Amino acid sequence: MATAAAPNSKLQQSLALYQSTIGKKYVVAVTGAVLFLFTIGHMLGNLQIYLPNAQEALANYAKLLHASAELLWAVRIALLTCFVLHVVTIAQLYNLNRAARPQSYVMKTPTMSTYASRTMYLSGPILLFFVLYHLSHLTTGATHPSFVEMDPYHNLVTGFRQPMASLFYIIAMSMLGLHLTHGVWSMFQSMGFNHPRYRNGLRNFATAAAAIISLGNISIPVCVLLGILGKDLV
Amino acid sequence: MKLTLNVWRQSGPNTPGKMVKYDLPNVNEDMSFLEMLDVLNETLIAKSEEPVTFEHDCREGICGSCGFMINGKAHGGFPKTTVCQLHMRHYKDGDEIFIEPWRATAFPIVKDLMVNRSAFDRIIQAGGFISVPTGSAVDGNAIPIPKSNADRAMDAAQCIGCGACVASCTNASASLFTSAKIAHLNLLPQGQPEKLDRALKMVTVMNEEKFGSCTNLQECEATCPKGISIENIAIMNRHFVEASFMQRPAMSEGGAG
Repeated sequence: MATAAAPNSKLQQSLALYQSTIGKKYVVAVTGAVLFLFTIGHMLGNLQIYLPNAQEALANYAKLLHASAELLWAVRIALLTCFVLHVVTIAQLYNLNRAARPQSYVMKTPTMSTYASRTMYLSGPILLFFVLYHLSHLTTGATHPSFVEMDPYHNLVTGFRQPMASLFYIIAMSMLGLHLTHGVWSMFQSMGFNHPRYRNGLRNFATAAAAIISLGNISIPVCVLLGILGKDLV
Repeated sequence: MKLTLNVWRQSGPNTPGKMVKYDLPNVNEDMSFLEMLDVLNETLIAKSEEPVTFEHDCREGICGSCGFMINGKAHGGFPKTTVCQLHMRHYKDGDEIFIEPWRATAFPIVKDLMVNRSAFDRIIQAGGFISVPTGSAVDGNAIPIPKSNADRAMDAAQCIGCGACVASCTNASASLFTSAKIAHLNLLPQGQPEKLDRALKMVTVMNEEKFGSCTNLQECEATCPKGISIENIAIMNRHFVEASFMQRPAMSEGGAG
């Protein structure tokens, strides 16, 4: 028999909030919002590769980001915390949701849900692996064929000239697009914001933001493979 | 018309079940889906076989007793339609139809297509009510209520507790049901004194009953026979978090008088 005693102390209250499915969804939504804003900034940084003097522009941008080691690490730790919380909380909800329906249907037909929303558990793990690969590829250079410290233009062009690496970036960014199409709209709903006046607007905003971020990023490996970018590097 | 039915047969709560195929040669298109099952049961009884157990009561779409999955969709997946209000004219000769009970840890199967939905009752017991003094009724229109709030509360109050939201949800979440019951009372002045307590307790029981979490797929809204909006889930989330931060326990037991 279920009981519903209201929690008393502050600690109990915050624990009860995190233990509830709704509290967990808030954590996923808030951390997701931070990561979403990061992907916008990251894409804008990437697009500097289309500036006339791209090699210098990207090198200056890298210098700007590394200007203060303390600030850089503060931002990195904040992002990592959000990322870990996002993944761990979703993993907890995933287990809870599987336990809520141990026996699946012989036949189950989706009605209104979008493809993007049904594949969050696919796009999410792919993005997790992508982030690990991406850090080892273009941040530390461990999986990069000819990594040069603080020369992002060189690293991007030579890195993306490998078709398999580019292909993985393209797949991962398509997954990011799908993930954001559902996620950006979903975070408003999870945090309790749903009003008929803004419903279509929010959906369109999520789809547009997802499309711009994924296509903006995909364009870079595509342009490198087509030879449009990196003509000056032999 | 001639139909082939695949029906989930399970003799009891703890026995394994399986899909069993039945041919139904003479289905009238004017029958409701439940009447079609009645015909199936007549033929089964005539052959001294166990009839298919399914829940039903009013057969006019307002009681919330009936409901099962038809071809993978709750209540068959037609807009604002319960199984009893679903007619066979939506199907055509030679169709193969799959019929399964709601599946959720919180809804254990009793027999065949019948599940135990007492978990819903326990969520209601936790806070799906208002406390009012007994005695003569308050004057009509004595309490001002904005028309839009009254409309939204009435829309939420349409929930018949059939369980289609849980059944159609990928995560077997009861968010649409619980949120409809919370929003229905929390949008009205009469629900205000217990607003935070209600959100806190009903959500707590919902979680304790082992329902899943909401992932905003909107499958519930699409299959809800009363067309209840997931806007209610946003209201529930808001009120629950507000309650988690702001709710304070009573200073002492009892009250005035």
